[in-house]
Amino acid sequence: MDLLTFSQQLINGIGVGSMYALIAIGYTMVYGVLRLINFAHGEIMMVGAFVAYVVLDIFGLSLAAAVIIAILMAMLTGVLTDKIAYKPLRKAPRISLLITAIGISFFLQNMVNVIFGGATKSFPVPPFFDKIIDFNGVIFTPTAVIVPIITAVLLVILLYVLYKTKYGMAIRALAFDIKAVSLMGVDANKIIMLVFIIGSSLAAVGGIFWALSYPIITPYMGMMIGLKAFAAAVLGGIGSVGGAVLGGFILGFTEVMFIAFYPEMGGYKDAIAFIFLILVLLVKPTGIMGINFEKSRF
Amino acid sequence: MILELKNISKHFGGVKAISETSFGVKKNQIFGLIGPNGAGKTTMFNIITGNYNPSEGEVLLNGKNITKMKNYKIVREGVARTFQNIRLFSSMSVLDNLLIGMDHVTKYTYFETIFRFPRYFSAEKRSKEYVLEIMKNLGILEFKDELATSLSYGNQRKVEIARALATKPNLLLLDEPAAGMNPNETKELAELLFKIRDEYDITILLIEHDMKFVNHLCDEVLVLDYGKTIFQGDIKDAIVDEEVIKAYLGDFKHA
Amino acid sequence: MNKNIRNIVFIGLAFGFLFLAQNSLDQYTIRVLNNIAIFIILAVSYNLINGVTGQFSLEPNGFVAIGAYVTSLALLSEDMKWELFQLEDPSPLILALNLDLIPALFLSGIAATVVALTLAFPVFRVRGDYLAIVTLGFGFIIKVVAINSPEFTNGAIGLNEIPSIINLYWTGGIAIITIMVMLNIIYSKYGRAMKAVRDDEDAAAAIGINTMKIKTYAFGTSAFFEGVGGGLLAILLTTISPDLFQFFLTFQLLIIIVLGGLGSMSGAIVGTIIVIGGTEWLRVLDGPITLFGTDYGAHPGLRMVVFSIILIIVMLFAREGIMGKKELTDFFKKKKDQK
Repeated sequence: MDLLTFSQQLINGIGVGSMYALIAIGYTMVYGVLRLINFAHGEIMMVGAFVAYVVLDIFGLSLAAAVIIAILMAMLTGVLTDKIAYKPLRKAPRISLLITAIGISFFLQNMVNVIFGGATKSFPVPPFFDKIIDFNGVIFTPTAVIVPIITAVLLVILLYVLYKTKYGMAIRALAFDIKAVSLMGVDANKIIMLVFIIGSSLAAVGGIFWALSYPIITPYMGMMIGLKAFAAAVLGGIGSVGGAVLGGFILGFTEVMFIAFYPEMGGYKDAIAFIFLILVLLVKPTGIMGINFEKSRF
Repeated sequence: MILELKNISKHFGGVKAISETSFGVKKNQIFGLIGPNGAGKTTMFNIITGNYNPSEGEVLLNGKNITKMKNYKIVREGVARTFQNIRLFSSMSVLDNLLIGMDHVTKYTYFETIFRFPRYFSAEKRSKEYVLEIMKNLGILEFKDELATSLSYGNQRKVEIARALATKPNLLLLDEPAAGMNPNETKELAELLFKIRDEYDITILLIEHDMKFVNHLCDEVLVLDYGKTIFQGDIKDAIVDEEVIKAYLGDFKHA
Repeated sequence: MNKNIRNIVFIGLAFGFLFLAQNSLDQYTIRVLNNIAIFIILAVSYNLINGVTGQFSLEPNGFVAIGAYVTSLALLSEDMKWELFQLEDPSPLILALNLDLIPALFLSGIAATVVALTLAFPVFRVRGDYLAIVTLGFGFIIKVVAINSPEFTNGAIGLNEIPSIINLYWTGGIAIITIMVMLNIIYSKYGRAMKAVRDDEDAAAAIGINTMKIKTYAFGTSAFFEGVGGGLLAILLTTISPDLFQFFLTFQLLIIIVLGGLGSMSGAIVGTIIVIGGTEWLRVLDGPITLFGTDYGAHPGLRMVVFSIILIIVMLFAREGIMGKKELTDFFKKKKDQK
């Protein structure tokens, strides 16, 4: 593969990887504090994309407005999901929680489907993002540049919050031992709400990036993308934010490179995440960053 | 020596839960593992039963090295345990809880189950008879069809011990069996354990805080404090030992 | 002996019902009954891994798809295959696959089980809730594989003109067999072990149960009958495509066993009758809705929304479902003991 094609794929990979990373973070953080696979998280991404679509297409507002409103709506969805469905089941057997999560996921998909009637919608990409840039033969759009940059900025902000603020510390402590943290006077539910807020906003941004990059959105897009993002989170090490990012980029690159090298096998691209998942479980279940949640069970 | 621990250490990250502990339990002994809270007693149990791997050292059962064996396999070697916080199977009757204990003894294959081969019927019958006998011996036969977790605390304890007995163990590990019991119940339990020891020809290793109980019941004790052995021998000598008294200051239940 | 007589009576009654139904009811009702029978097979199987063993799994649509394809390919004659396969020539393996109904269904079950056992190893070795995610992904992968291997599956076009050779005796009969097998498993040391794993996995291991083995048995068994059910479904529908086995199928089964009572076979049966029967009735929700004189228009997909709301409400307020963990026979037993 020559340098040109490689550079091209590199850019693609960074874009896809960023999006997976943003979504994977939400999965890993919720898993970290609640030990729950938030099946509905992919739908939160989808909600973000659809809200942005509504704001742009139906209300004709600017992209900035779309982003802000989408993030707010996603946060609301995430927090409501926790309050209505997960919080009442905090002490219930794990399987009840997982079933409810699937229920919420299915509900959101079909609610959006009912509201918007008809499967796919064309996302109105603002003209600036559609411009084709040619840099020494490497072709890309402004989206491809903006996505990674903003993702990086968001990650820096997130890491700052997690490691330099008391809320971040509470989140990390909660992931370790939810009982102990409650005993120290921290309102665990408020911290959990914060986790959902952070995860949902990042997912919304990821959803909008996705819509800008691949301007077809459907109510069911969250499921597949969410599944892959979760696989990425497991690959990087479930529970670790750094792991989610790492896993997201590895998955993104692998998918892009796979299509570049084997275009005739393109249909199997979606299987890569699944293969990674199985491999991780076989070789190192705690993932690359290897956080071990095994507390004393005996 | 039915059980031998040689130089067992266990660290969890930076914390050394157990330091270089060795001891042996003879057949048919009732051996007490005592010490203040957090001394490492339950950790010791978990190492013996294969839930944890020790950082150093070996566990020998009748001379066989079981240190790295998986927990469910160790049960088949003849070691059974109860838990500090009674872990019965909440959706099942007392009878079924006990029958699960007999799982590795009740021999028929999945195939034979589906097609109801004769071996299914004979094995089930045998096992059911065996556990009915256990229930009779422990005085819980009347509860056999009740939901196990609906019983009184004392009876649930008995069910847990019965379930452990159903595995046909040579060595029975009891984690604070007398917890939450009044002196009458404790006395009853001690008599029950003597009876079990004799009738089932087993060895008992128990963790306990109740000194009167331990005094009455145990032939020999090992006193742990902060993961280290500070005394091993007869309980009568233990309670006058200086180190033991120091360790228990504030934690002592006078015998 | 009493129990055996009772069982024989039940089975006799069941077959009697099938005989009456097959011969006297209209086509539409028979179709619904066929559907119910197949879903009973799927639901009681799904209940084994999810409800009895307590391992949250989302496998059915994947294994049903496998079963459907295997049976279809086995039943289609070589000539039919040459005719149907449009994207690419059928592979020699596919052409050679020619079986009668019973071996075809059996192969469907075996195929699903083999895949299940392969998945079971990485998943059950590890603690955690990976089974759900892996099986969810697996469902998607099956669709991807079906679309991308046209020489085996005729790709996105799918297969049709599958010989319609079954009737209520087959679906009902196999449903009865499945129920009997499941009950035999549950009332045995394996069933007890599965429930123990569900109730307290660590305590189960501490009592000597090889939890990984038990989970694998449950998962493999569920897969087998889901494969068989898939085969029956293919014959009933006479035409299948990769699109047919979407997540919604698994979701329906999930609602069925949750509504009926996670862990109860009778619950799964009751749940199936209610949900599949109810689905027909709920179809009105997907069409134009007029409520109290106001026309709310047509919103296809509303049925799905209602389904998900039902599931969430049951989980939040009536987690035990209709039967809880009990079976119908438990109620009879209680009465007998009280006499």
